[in-house]
Amino acid sequence: MSVLAENLDWGVGRKTILHDVSISVAPGETLGLVGPNGSGKSSLLRLLAGLKRPRAGLVTINGKSVVQVPRKALSREVAFVQQSAATETSVSVLDVVRLGRTPHRSALSGWSAEDEAAVTEALTRVDMLGHRAQSWQTLSGGERQRVHIARALAQSPRVMFLDEPTNHLDIHHQIEILRMVRDLDLTSVIALHDLNLAAMFCDKIVVMRSGSVFASGTPAEVLTEELLREVFRVTAEVNCITPGAGPHIRFTP
Amino acid sequence: MTAGVPDGSAVRLALLTLVSAAALAFAIAVATAIGDYTIGLGTVFLAIGNGLGLTGAELPPIEESVVWDLRLSRALVAALAGAGLALCGAILQALLRNPLAEPFVLGISAGASTGGVCVIVLGIGAGSLTLSAGAFAGAFAAFGVVALLSNGATSGPNHTILAGVAASQLFNALTSYIVTTSGNAEQARNVMFWLLGSFGGVRWPDFQLLLVVVPMGLAVCIYLARALDAFTFGDEDAAALGVPVGRIRLALFAVTAVMTATIVSMVGAIGFVGLVVPHAARYVVGPMHMRLLPACAIIGAIFMVTADIVSRVIVAQQTIPIGVVTALVGVPFFALILYRARPQT
Repeated sequence: MSVLAENLDWGVGRKTILHDVSISVAPGETLGLVGPNGSGKSSLLRLLAGLKRPRAGLVTINGKSVVQVPRKALSREVAFVQQSAATETSVSVLDVVRLGRTPHRSALSGWSAEDEAAVTEALTRVDMLGHRAQSWQTLSGGERQRVHIARALAQSPRVMFLDEPTNHLDIHHQIEILRMVRDLDLTSVIALHDLNLAAMFCDKIVVMRSGSVFASGTPAEVLTEELLREVFRVTAEVNCITPGAGPHIRFTP
Repeated sequence: MTAGVPDGSAVRLALLTLVSAAALAFAIAVATAIGDYTIGLGTVFLAIGNGLGLTGAELPPIEESVVWDLRLSRALVAALAGAGLALCGAILQALLRNPLAEPFVLGISAGASTGGVCVIVLGIGAGSLTLSAGAFAGAFAAFGVVALLSNGATSGPNHTILAGVAASQLFNALTSYIVTTSGNAEQARNVMFWLLGSFGGVRWPDFQLLLVVVPMGLAVCIYLARALDAFTFGDEDAAALGVPVGRIRLALFAVTAVMTATIVSMVGAIGFVGLVVPHAARYVVGPMHMRLLPACAIIGAIFMVTADIVSRVIVAQQTIPIGVVTALVGVPFFALILYRARPQT
């Protein structure tokens, strides 16, 4: 499914957070959203997922405006993984991943074989099947993050929005999660801080600055030494060592 | 629902249901038997059977009347009130994501007391309004203030809790103002005693009203149980799972307000049931609401009937306000929750 945002404006009170943002994601594409802190990445993801209404502009997923599709129907196709969501309740890993089936179940319907299969597959994909009976409160930050991703996968979405999904993860699981998201047959938009990971796993990159799109294109087109200096205020060497593998950034002190 | 229950626990669940239903029936029977004039359990069952037209036993008319006209209705009202308050507590703890939330967090008891005082002390309604009606109106007024302060329940949980605190303060101040300026200590004492809760005055019409309100509340909540589960990680997360957050919150707050206001206007503001019971129930059946809500209802009912028995037997020839009994059990439990609640990392 394609995701299209046209001329989005959004803010809180008088403060404008996003201004005139347009992006387009083709079906099956993995788009990386990068930018300094406070550049509007998380806000943009929320608008794309229909969790917030833009002041102006339009978000369409597969040609349908997200604010007009009923919530439940939308969440059968669109999953959103927020940054480190927490709870005080003593739920188990399985309870949490089962929540992902909420949009597929009616108020009183039972637990179907399809639900069970989706949950088991999601847990397997994030390497947490062995932890399914464990209490949420005893998980590490990285394990919690993986359970959240499993819950999103259990929604059987066609489009996935992830807000810094690799936070708290060790490097092995950072790469595993991003590879998995890229290889899944779905359209995804991922907010990331690690530019090398973005270059490795994203088909396209959108660079945000102060609530607007600064640049967009393939990693090689976008991640240039000049852009890094201007947007991120760092000096770096950008090399394309292996052709087709995306640029590699080495930050210089 | 077969596949919904993981291995073996279906049997456990059925067993729990059976045991708790038996416990509730037993508690109600004991509550009916015990009093200044103790009646044998056998007589109690026969009298109930007679009342329902199932048996035709010859019983002393006074005993039959005490069982049927006085104590049974009282015990059944206690059961429904306990069930309703526990249910409201579970819902508010889930919606507000706060383990210390309880039905009165929405300012309802404070509002009810103001309403009660207006009727008793100020004589508003000139005798046409009962204390219950005044309390019901007051409870809803307080809920309205909370809803207004928290933007019709669309803002976050902490906002709602703060609005509830503000409303409670406002209505408590109003109550104090009315009581102190009226200068009638006897009336003030009556109001305070009523607020601490008593099943003394309840009769069959009260039971009939609760029999409509509480089961309907339970049905609505069970219907929305899945949505309540989705609030585990907060409002935005619930929205991402397809829950229409604003509408569900408002609907559940309204159900809670109706149940609490009805119960409070009937038997007073009985505290701590709504706080304690959901936590106890979570230990038994876990945090998912499809099971938690019925468990809360039944445990709340048993707890309240038992508390009513205790309130009548602990001091001879005297009935302690039921709120005192529930609080004496509730406060240590409250302390335990505070002690166990770990700071978020």
